[in-house]
Amino acid sequence: MNSTILKTASNYLLPILLLFSIFLLLRGHYHPGGGFVGGLIASIAFVLHSFTHGTDATLRLLRIHPGSLIPVGLGLAALSMFAPMLGGQPVMTGLWLEEPLPVIGMVGSALFFDLGVYLVVVGVVLTILFTISQYSE
Amino acid sequence: MTDNTLIFPVLVHLFTAIVTLFFWRKTVSQRVISIMGSVVAMGVSIELFAKVWTGGILTLQAAGWDAPFGISFVADVFSSSMVLLTSFSGFAVSLYSATGVARGRMLYGYFPIFHFLLMGLNGAFLTGDIFNLYVWFEVIIIASFVLMTLGGRKAQIEGSVKYMAMNILASTFFLTGIGILYGITGTLNMADLSLKIGALENRKLVDITAIFFVIGFGIKSAVFPLYFWLPSSYHTPPSAVAAVFGGLLTKVGIYALFRIFTLIFIPDDFLSTLLIVLAIFTILTGTFGAVIKNNIRRVFSYLIVCHIGFMIGGLGMYSEIALTGALFYLFHDILVKTNSFLIAGLIRKLRGTMNMDKLGGLYAEYPLLSLLMAIVLFSLVGIPPLSGFWPKIYLFEAGFMDHHYLLIGAIIIGSFATLYVITNLWAKVFWKDQTTATGEELLTDDFKPMTRFRKALLVTPIAFLAAITLYIGLGAENITLVVQHIAREMKDPSPYVEAVLGTNVSP
Repeated sequence: MNSTILKTASNYLLPILLLFSIFLLLRGHYHPGGGFVGGLIASIAFVLHSFTHGTDATLRLLRIHPGSLIPVGLGLAALSMFAPMLGGQPVMTGLWLEEPLPVIGMVGSALFFDLGVYLVVVGVVLTILFTISQYSE
Repeated sequence: MTDNTLIFPVLVHLFTAIVTLFFWRKTVSQRVISIMGSVVAMGVSIELFAKVWTGGILTLQAAGWDAPFGISFVADVFSSSMVLLTSFSGFAVSLYSATGVARGRMLYGYFPIFHFLLMGLNGAFLTGDIFNLYVWFEVIIIASFVLMTLGGRKAQIEGSVKYMAMNILASTFFLTGIGILYGITGTLNMADLSLKIGALENRKLVDITAIFFVIGFGIKSAVFPLYFWLPSSYHTPPSAVAAVFGGLLTKVGIYALFRIFTLIFIPDDFLSTLLIVLAIFTILTGTFGAVIKNNIRRVFSYLIVCHIGFMIGGLGMYSEIALTGALFYLFHDILVKTNSFLIAGLIRKLRGTMNMDKLGGLYAEYPLLSLLMAIVLFSLVGIPPLSGFWPKIYLFEAGFMDHHYLLIGAIIIGSFATLYVITNLWAKVFWKDQTTATGEELLTDDFKPMTRFRKALLVTPIAFLAAITLYIGLGAENITLVVQHIAREMKDPSPYVEAVLGTNVSP
């Protein structure tokens, strides 16, 4: 798409959207948000970038193929599910740090699960959309 | 007691799938990881079965939220033996896939999806929560859509459209049923439902809700009248995939029917009659279909439908003997059906076709291999003392005791038709001389030029499953002990309910 306004806007929107997606990811446990929504917003940021600069430019920006985020995210989510079992607790039990960390807030195994979901969503959405756009070009 | 080992069969497949995803496009590593994962899963399942068999029902409250509010996982003898059989079939198919699946399919994620499918199956067998059961069914059908369409040939797409449409319809019925069930009882935990449904006054409403589950699971396990998607889709994917589908996918529907109709909806006269009528028609339609088909895999597909009827009939009769027979048949059927599709795949490798008219002379060329296949095919028919024979004795006994003569008639017709179909197949494929006049260019032997190692990878899984089938047939008294135990648990679900809810509920 050759619109200067969109091109300029997307350059500024990319970091803002990514920041917003991380905000949603961290907010998610007790409030609306979480890994899935955060992941969608993050992928929107990259999709917008690919609209204006072309898919190849976005892939260069990402450095890695988005598909390789899928196993990383899945692995992270599965490990956070598996971790409580090492302490003899039932699978998927939430483990929490005693004190909240500054800025991030309470950190627990649920956050890592959400982070895994976040990565999987980004990976899946970008893989699907980039595959389609590369075939249609 | 709470025990994390019960979730291991699910986790092993999950981790195997994730690790194979890391090796995307490295097909050799994927094959090795998949086989290793299946071996581990088999070990874990054997351990789980041994634990449940000696120590009684295991439960796990996910995340430590107590039943009936959290999601419970329950392993009784029924679920753990299903997990065990799944792991046997899964191992055989994973081994067979190493050479039996085209490299092009592996490049697009055959192995990860295969393990996600097995994870879904294990999850469905182990869950004790009806909504969670629905979620596992979704995992299963999403994975199976991908496996079915992987490769993208026209016939595959056509088959999978039918498959997908019917399965989504089935899921809708299932979900609606769950919604109504939640509306009238306020709980989703199956053990809790078992108590609350029993106490409901309005039996008509309960029956109507039960119908939703009959339709939902009926479609998934190809019960008459909504069975037609199965024969028109199972012959399209590669044989390794068809083996998982034929051996396990329809059986998970049967598992769910058995679980729901012995724990939640105890069949009264109406439901019992309904199930028996459905069983009779299922057996007959499957029979007629199998008799007229000429492609080996289509024949096996119709035989699946026919034999599903045997199990539904056993459930419909709902006596301890009938349940014993139906469960025994289920155990035998999982292994034999998986194996028969693997055999169909091997025949295709040997001759390049699955059309029975064009095949022939296999016995003259490969006598040992043919004998191996004979074990499986004759187990499928149920020639004594092979495994298909014993469950039918129980089914007949139950039928005569409760005067279900029509069902007995249908089972006899079904058995004879199976016999006819298999002897016909044997005569045409193995004994008849190879006719070269009709389609010479079609007949290619991919098997002969293979290395010994690749040949072994194709034949070992068939031999492995055949050995277990032989054990089921020859060591039938041990299997009978297991199925009788399960049938007793089904007739009296209070140990299950007590194990999940942790309270004493005996009436």
